[in-house]
Amino acid sequence: MTDVVLSREIARQYTDGETRIVVEGGTMRAIVRQLDEKYPGLKGVLSEGMAVAIDGTIFQDFFLEEVGPDAEVCFLPAIEGG
Amino acid sequence: MDGDTNGYRWIGTRTIRPDGVDKVTGRAAFGADFSLPGMLVGKILRSPHAHARIRGINTKKAEVLAGVKAVVTSADFPEILPAEATKGSSPPNYRHLSQNLMAREKVLYDGHAVAAVAATNAAIATEALSLIEVEYEVLPHVTGVLEAMAEDAPILHDDLFTGGVDPKPGKPSNVAKRVEFAIGDTDAGFESADLIVERHYDTEGIHQGYIEPHAVVASMAADGQANIWCSSQGHFMVRQYCAGLLNMNIGDIKVTPAEIGGGFGGKTTVYLEPVALLLSKKSGLPIKMVMTRDEVFRGTGPTSGSYMTIKVGAKQDGTITAAEADLRFFAGAFPGAPVHLGCMCGFTPYDIENVKAVGYDVVTNRPKAISYRAPGAPIAAFGIESAIDELAKKLNIDPLALREKNAAKQGTRTAYGPTLGVVGFEETLEAAKNHPQMSEPLGANQGRGIASGYWFNVGGESSASVSVNEDGTITVTSGAPDIGGSRASLCIMAAEIFGINIDQVRAVIGDTTATAFNRHTGGSRVTFALGAVVIEAAEDCILQLRECAAKTWDIDIDAVEWENGEARPAGDNAGKFEPLTLPEIAEKTPMTGGPISAKKSSNVQGPGPAFGTHICDVEVDCETGHVKILRYTAIQDAGRAIHPGYVEGQMQGGVVQGIGWALNEEYIYGEDGKLQNPGFLDYRIPVASDLPMIDTVIVEIPNPTHPFGVRGVGEIPIIPPMAAVANAIENAVGLRLTSLPMSPPKVLAALDNGD
Amino acid sequence: MAKNHVTTTINGEPVEFLCETQQTLLDVLRDELQLTGSKEGCASGDCGACSVMVDDRVVCSCLVMGVEAEGKSIETIEGMADGDQLHPLQQKFLENAALQCGICTPGFLVAAKALLEKNPDPTETEVRYWLAGNLCRCTGYDKIIRSVLEVAEEAKGA
Repeated sequence: MTDVVLSREIARQYTDGETRIVVEGGTMRAIVRQLDEKYPGLKGVLSEGMAVAIDGTIFQDFFLEEVGPDAEVCFLPAIEGG
Repeated sequence: MDGDTNGYRWIGTRTIRPDGVDKVTGRAAFGADFSLPGMLVGKILRSPHAHARIRGINTKKAEVLAGVKAVVTSADFPEILPAEATKGSSPPNYRHLSQNLMAREKVLYDGHAVAAVAATNAAIATEALSLIEVEYEVLPHVTGVLEAMAEDAPILHDDLFTGGVDPKPGKPSNVAKRVEFAIGDTDAGFESADLIVERHYDTEGIHQGYIEPHAVVASMAADGQANIWCSSQGHFMVRQYCAGLLNMNIGDIKVTPAEIGGGFGGKTTVYLEPVALLLSKKSGLPIKMVMTRDEVFRGTGPTSGSYMTIKVGAKQDGTITAAEADLRFFAGAFPGAPVHLGCMCGFTPYDIENVKAVGYDVVTNRPKAISYRAPGAPIAAFGIESAIDELAKKLNIDPLALREKNAAKQGTRTAYGPTLGVVGFEETLEAAKNHPQMSEPLGANQGRGIASGYWFNVGGESSASVSVNEDGTITVTSGAPDIGGSRASLCIMAAEIFGINIDQVRAVIGDTTATAFNRHTGGSRVTFALGAVVIEAAEDCILQLRECAAKTWDIDIDAVEWENGEARPAGDNAGKFEPLTLPEIAEKTPMTGGPISAKKSSNVQGPGPAFGTHICDVEVDCETGHVKILRYTAIQDAGRAIHPGYVEGQMQGGVVQGIGWALNEEYIYGEDGKLQNPGFLDYRIPVASDLPMIDTVIVEIPNPTHPFGVRGVGEIPIIPPMAAVANAIENAVGLRLTSLPMSPPKVLAALDNGD
Repeated sequence: MAKNHVTTTINGEPVEFLCETQQTLLDVLRDELQLTGSKEGCASGDCGACSVMVDDRVVCSCLVMGVEAEGKSIETIEGMADGDQLHPLQQKFLENAALQCGICTPGFLVAAKALLEKNPDPTETEVRYWLAGNLCRCTGYDKIIRSVLEVAEEAKGA
């Protein structure tokens, strides 16, 4: 199982305020699909301009990343540097 | 630190950079140093108004002037419809980029490009500009962030509706979006606090201030194939953006990177290149365009200014119970202020259960903002680190001790979601505590300030190839521009992996045909991400070298090991063979399978986030309001310093940019919305006589996701200085300054008011 | 408008060129003589990236007219090394990592060389004030100042 953490903003608009959601897991692509199944519309918002932190390590392009069991996945805005 | 190279031969040493001799002899070719035969000169006509509708443009007189070969306006550029704005997987909004490149229906800032000409020489081009007739309908303008957010503010974009708010607004606004990051319950957190500090802060727009103005030489043939020579922070980015803005095939454009004379984030976009391409196509000749310093200030992206409200609460014993930030950043003419990054980074150095950071991205009639070294974070840190300092003073707790008590560490949950992995914040605080500067005596009107900062650092798409030349020397080819000495670091890493002398390795930055896509240089990513790819490619080459040796000795490859630049039999059972050096193997390659090289491309993830803590001593002259920096020490976790000299250089450079931001730099707009100080005389960046030596301490808590433990270093050093200086001023004369820059007139006014 | 014919000496060599009246010495060096080592950072004498020597005086070449070079002796960054022997300042800048992007480096080297010729044993303050007309955005000046002081120190011992 994977713990997914969403920002309050996204939670307010898509998940009735739930910021922590448990899904089955697998690849990030599978996780996004599982989230969208629970809360329709989430896929769109999580697929653009977002990065993820898997157990604290940040991934800017993440769809194929494998997520281990009992991992924590946080969605955050993509990061630009200067 | 030096001398202890952890058993490495080259990692951690101060080698001479491979591109150095060309730079000290004036031979290195920067953007404006290139020429093509038959080249025309291109120049841009810029709006003199902060906000106006373009009723008409008449270019006829310019077109017929002798010597003028082409004139372009926005009519020559494809219009990018809202639906096409974010094509591909890249971040820029092409529609906004296109409108910024050359104004369509409206000009949105003093300096906004309106038309461009190409002529046989600069004098004719300048005259041609004066012959272009533009009919403007001047509109009311707004340059301040609070003014732009007001109900009755002039609206810049009729199709901009505030994102991130519920319900979706029906009226257009200058607020492009609202973002929020929160954990816990800040109301409850403040309830349980014994002491609360709440303050407003404001900062002005700041330019990256690179000494090299933007420059390009472009040549586009009638069949649409193009060559571009320019300096940028990403020649692949230049290629991609030109293709996107002009509806061209990416493969038809070749970009050759010039050396770059500073970027700091400001050259991660395009201003001249697409214009030059169109002028070249129309005229049938190559075009050279170089910005003047005036154009750099008026027409290229500075970073945001802000209005911030910071509130922090703590118990008597110093435990911070709640923290809130309300950050309002102005983005200039198009959305894109880095306010979300400021929200995310600001409180991260502290382990606080209840945090709420809200940000607003607001458009104003100023040049479109672009990244500047850790975008958003320095601004937020000015407010937050000042508030933490004030909290410490009111609690009667030493500012370092307060930070130590609440320090973020591995396992701390950040306000933006993830928990931190292995990080070195506490180690920077420890190093600060023990630093000799802390015990330097302070005299009258002298004071000491501490501040910290955090930045995520970035990874990203990186491609490189490593080739073994016929004589055993190594060539490393990569595709991300070298803005601070990364070629030196790549050579060091390659030499370390191969086990050979550093002078046997050369690093070159290839053009867009030499490697696969590279994300631009920024986000402190090159030594980390390109380094990782180069290491992988070098290891692949070593595998091939071992295979060659195995074939030469007719044994199994598993029986061959590589050490110190040679292949050896692994143990006595493998056979009694003399080791083969790199040059010896390279010589034999025609017989052992051909040339040895490896190309690697990867989207490198898992950069090491990092922290810095700075100590600043100042002296305030109460007669003039002038603040002198007496001593400054920057302490930073670099993970592993590949080349200590260049890591120190990044720290010192970032610190001095921060000092300029703190004390002098600002965009000054008149009532008419025009920029009053578009030059280095009145946009005052620090000079050598303003500063002391900048002491540096490199702390190394290796990043577990990089083979050598590298963390990005370039951006963190600009985050703490503004608060470090403000805190030092407070300590010196009891003045809490909350408005940047803390320039002499403002310091004097505050002293006179007895604030 | 007819061009002006100018005869001058650049880096020890006799040079003739034609230039427009309004061209600065910097324009001439870069566009007419292909000596692109001197850089244009501001064209208003504020950044020092165009520093050259005119008759033993450090000047911003963007503030000198091309025609003013007539009969004078000009020294640019291109003349600083002696064949393949780098000047001690150039060598020291490399060893100390006193450059990052390198765009300001030619200006600093020309100005620093002029300082040491005039004042072979400057204090740190004297070095900083002499070089206050050269802007650097990358290094924070620390390693540049150290390099100049070290070269002065080593010259004393020599």
